[in-house]
Amino acid sequence: MAQHKIDFTKDGGLPVALTTIDNVVNWGRSNSLWALTYGLACCGIEMMASGASRYDFDRFGTIFRASPRQSELMIVAGTLTKKHAEFIKRLYDQMAEPRWVISMGSCANTGGMFNTYATVQGVDRVIPVDLYLPGCAPRPETLQYGVMMLQQRIRKEKANRSLKPKRLM
Amino acid sequence: MQQPNRLRPFFENITFDRDDNELVLNFGPQHPSAHGQLRLMLHLQQEQIVKSHPDIGYLHRGMEKMAENMIYNEFLPTTDRMDYIAASSNNYGFALAVEKLINVEVPRRAKVIRMLLLETNRLMSHLFWLATTALDIGAMTVFLYAFREREYLMDLVEDYCGARLTHSAVRIGGVPLDLPDNFLTDLRKFLDKLPENIKDYEDLLDQNRIWKMRMENVGTISKEMALDWGCSGPMLRASGVNWDIRKEEPYELYDEVDFDVPFSDKGDNYARYKLYMEEMRQSARILYQVIDMYAGTSPELMAHAPKFISPSKIEMMTQNYSLQQHFVLVTQGMRPPVGEVYVPTESPKGELGFYINSQGGPYPYKLKMRAPSFWHTGILTDLLPGHYIPDVVSIIGTTNIVFGEIDR
Repeated sequence: MAQHKIDFTKDGGLPVALTTIDNVVNWGRSNSLWALTYGLACCGIEMMASGASRYDFDRFGTIFRASPRQSELMIVAGTLTKKHAEFIKRLYDQMAEPRWVISMGSCANTGGMFNTYATVQGVDRVIPVDLYLPGCAPRPETLQYGVMMLQQRIRKEKANRSLKPKRLM
Repeated sequence: MQQPNRLRPFFENITFDRDDNELVLNFGPQHPSAHGQLRLMLHLQQEQIVKSHPDIGYLHRGMEKMAENMIYNEFLPTTDRMDYIAASSNNYGFALAVEKLINVEVPRRAKVIRMLLLETNRLMSHLFWLATTALDIGAMTVFLYAFREREYLMDLVEDYCGARLTHSAVRIGGVPLDLPDNFLTDLRKFLDKLPENIKDYEDLLDQNRIWKMRMENVGTISKEMALDWGCSGPMLRASGVNWDIRKEEPYELYDEVDFDVPFSDKGDNYARYKLYMEEMRQSARILYQVIDMYAGTSPELMAHAPKFISPSKIEMMTQNYSLQQHFVLVTQGMRPPVGEVYVPTESPKGELGFYINSQGGPYPYKLKMRAPSFWHTGILTDLLPGHYIPDVVSIIGTTNIVFGEIDR
């Protein structure tokens, strides 16, 4: 028969921590930000590098998933073209709430150097963006810092968000 | 155009004849193993592909049109974003074409540095190829190993030019900077370790049962097929054609270094895999020789051609006329003579060529890039039928396509 060796009334007391629902839910949300593999162009390579051995994104609980249904973070890494714009909207709609979007790199932010007939001048014209990362291409450290910023933001939010609809620019 | 209703699949611009049990599968454009934004329309009988139709253009950014409104030096950073896995080889291809057009000779030290950059880029590209292909097939360990080695090279290139991915490390007429201290010793240190690393990958993959089943006799390209579809680089050499532009039309210092061009007759995925591994060894061999060449060169880095290329900083700061020239070259751009030029180079993926048509103005009248991946995507039309769905991923993997240079 198992003998309980812990006396719950001595040595630190009960194994109970008091907290709020907000904290618990946000702790879970912010530390398991599963990202959709959305490498569109050059930045996608840096996104892969941040998931690979040296930068090791798994430390943050950020694991790349290939399905929008399983992910809550969309890292738009690369140039969005007009031909592709339809699909980014569709994939964003397929993600479950709560969902966040990081726009990685100049092309995703503003169209960057590609001010041409084919390029969407910033993904925020199609989907709402939470965080913009500058750089062409941003280093993996930048992306990881961005994810940390997003985690901090999530931790400050209410768990039961009476979500105001995000508006397009 | 088809009506978008719920019962029939709706594809823009494409109509299908559906008279039997064929399933039309849409693969991409956002698929983790599509190496970017490849969209494949696959017609399936059970699990076998009977017809495939690659659809590209999801990363078309209009680079060729951009070139027509940019002075030559201004366009150079745009070429980084073509084959972004080996950015310097694009920079180099463009710079070489313009140098041919304006007919300047690059100083020897610049040539040596360019060779170092080209071959480190080839190593980076091949390591990346190995990593992603292994990941697609399920070998996560090889992905992590290969990325580890790639980071060393990226650090080296970063030491040189300050950028990890988009280098812009070559200029028209030379290179912007001399090598930093310790660059060569660090590179040599890396190269000394490289054979060990390659052996690690081969130990993991060569006799691996899963790897062999996914690779051997899958995606076999015959010699005729490879030639018909305009394949180049490893895709062509794996199919039994010993063709390497570094040997056929040597540029830079490739005629002075000693290296072998590996090739194979099998033409399947496994042959291509072995070829990439062997090319990495050959790149290391070239790099060793180029490292030794560096010491005997004089310190000039840019060609002397005042009409086209800015003078050195010292001249600019001491001579009034040089400063004026520099001002004109920066504000108006160089004006190459009227003419057209096509220069092929052997990028890690195959023949990367730049065609420039100059009408004497500061902007190219027409700039066309011949990117190898474009042709390697085309071959999927003929290559995929007869294969099964899981083979699609391994075949796309070994074609080593990059969408930046397909769609441009």
